[in-house]
Amino acid sequence: MIHQTSLIAVAIFAAFVLGVLALSFWLGRKGQSASGYYAAHGQIHWFVNGIAFAGDYLSAASFLGICGMIAFSGYDGFLYSIGFLAGWIVALFVIAEPIKALGKFTFADALDSRFNSRGIKLAVAISTLVVSIFYLIPQMVGAGSLIKPLLGLPHEAGVILVGVTVTLIVVTAGMVSTTWVQFIKGSLLVFFCGVLTVLILGRGLVVNAGRSGEENLAPQVKTVQPDGAVLVDGAPQSKDHDLRPVGTILRLPERFGDARTTGPLGPLAYLSALEDSTIVTWSAKKHVDADGLHTTYSPVEKQGSDLLKPGGYFKGLTTGKLADRLDFASLMLALFCGTASLPHILIRYYTVKDAAAARKSTVVGIAAIGVFYVLTLFLGLGAMTSGALDPTDTNMAAPLLAKSFSNTLFAVISAIAFTTVLGTVSGLIMAGSGAVAHDLVENVLGVRMNDHEKIRVGKLAAVGLGIVAMVLGIVFRNFNVSFLVGWAFNIAASANLPALVMLLFWPRTTRQGIIAAVTVGMLASLAWILLSADTFEKVYGISRDLALTPFSQPGLVTIPLGFLVLIVVSLLTPPPVTPSVSRR
Amino acid sequence: MAPDHNPRQSGDGTAASPVGLALFWVYVVLYGGFMALVLVRPDLLSLRPFGGVNLAIVSGMGLIAAAFGLSVVYMILRVGR
Repeated sequence: MIHQTSLIAVAIFAAFVLGVLALSFWLGRKGQSASGYYAAHGQIHWFVNGIAFAGDYLSAASFLGICGMIAFSGYDGFLYSIGFLAGWIVALFVIAEPIKALGKFTFADALDSRFNSRGIKLAVAISTLVVSIFYLIPQMVGAGSLIKPLLGLPHEAGVILVGVTVTLIVVTAGMVSTTWVQFIKGSLLVFFCGVLTVLILGRGLVVNAGRSGEENLAPQVKTVQPDGAVLVDGAPQSKDHDLRPVGTILRLPERFGDARTTGPLGPLAYLSALEDSTIVTWSAKKHVDADGLHTTYSPVEKQGSDLLKPGGYFKGLTTGKLADRLDFASLMLALFCGTASLPHILIRYYTVKDAAAARKSTVVGIAAIGVFYVLTLFLGLGAMTSGALDPTDTNMAAPLLAKSFSNTLFAVISAIAFTTVLGTVSGLIMAGSGAVAHDLVENVLGVRMNDHEKIRVGKLAAVGLGIVAMVLGIVFRNFNVSFLVGWAFNIAASANLPALVMLLFWPRTTRQGIIAAVTVGMLASLAWILLSADTFEKVYGISRDLALTPFSQPGLVTIPLGFLVLIVVSLLTPPPVTPSVSRR
Repeated sequence: MAPDHNPRQSGDGTAASPVGLALFWVYVVLYGGFMALVLVRPDLLSLRPFGGVNLAIVSGMGLIAAAFGLSVVYMILRVGR
């Protein structure tokens, strides 16, 4: 769809981005050491760190991806919310305090704290880079999606804008500015999603919201011709002749009689009324011929009760196909295990002063993140029935929901979504830059550097990662961001969690066992993803029937494989002998 | 090469607390139970036992609330440590 831009939207967006940059430059004026650049001197207050956890974690996948998935497929998007939050239980109860005691700057510090092994540092640094890059892709895709309707610029412009802005944030003040950007973003995100939810409940359910008449139910065809020209229903696409926004309620429950709106509803009454309503969702089918790529969007009448149960997105839950069920189980296992294995989350434990602060900040993070994930259900369902959805872009559901209330709110929500991307990407680039400068250059290659040089190498690495992120954000532009982030969770959980957990709980764990588990977990999950049906279809553009793996999500196989490899290799190598711990 | 160190030392802050581990397993049971229901009997999640809202939503919200509740319990039990 072609979206109209407004001056106020541009002004609000510019104010947000410039405000974030100004804060970053202001913090960057302070003198820096390596400890300040990579870990904010370990002096961040636990409450600030807790909200920054939310700012770090609530990425484009959480905001744009989940809302879009719920808006287009119903309840299944909420399963992502449940899985994403559950992962914090592993972080709090198992990982938080030990990792604070073990590490200094990076995840590799923690895993290597007892061994002083170049092999561990190398394996973990590579794993950190791979996970960070896979996590960067959906963030950049989300940025590109936002820029189109907000500023009227192409996807590539959004990706480049976020890449340049984030690189500036990280390069100017490292972890200090990154923390505050994430704190501000986390606070704004939860607050404004709360505001949006209140507005949704205040509006209630409305029949044919945003549109009227039978045209709502006519199929729409978008054609991309070989020369790149776009047609809508056979005529050239323009602002006056475009795809219609979709997502409406056809009938309200009988208890509302002939009313066209329910009026304001409480949260439970809203969900209950939606279950008893008839809703129009839209399916998309593609075919290619000599005239180009045709995508037909067709209305599908559904009962709310069918949309509010599992199976709308994860079709295998209702068809009963074993491979599809295993695929779902694998994803949910990866979400549960992945959070506590994400390097950009783990390094935030080094920014507080002690284990108690690490624990308290995690609880604050869980509270903020939990509230947000409850709100995602209402945001997604509100978007589903707002009559404002863009059928071509699932990632735009939340901002377009805001637009159904007002252009100002749309600008604010879009700007917050953009800062959401900024906050998460800056955390990822910090993690990646630490892996390159601290782990690879200093510890693996043995280059001795003073504080100034360490920071300079870190900043150079941040610039390089920023460029990589921009390229990938353009290449993967057509993916749902929640789907993409599932890959990152799978790789993180497979490569990092077995080593981390076994290091904490099994005294027989050896250096060789850790290196093998990280390497095998990472390579196995990567290989599985590259050979899976989803990748065959969505990345390579070939039939999913040719895929070499029985299901697409690797975690169910590769996480246990990581544990198994660690145990076997540890048992085959000499046990650790010295009963002392290298505390940082 | 220096010999590898024995990993775990009680009381040095590098081991998870027993209370935390107990609460972790409580949540694993809750999360695992929910996922088993989704995988094996998704039809049960369409039941609407509470105020017209189905079990899928109630149990999903319940899992989120349980995560927060357990984390608060943990914080209280670990005060001063």
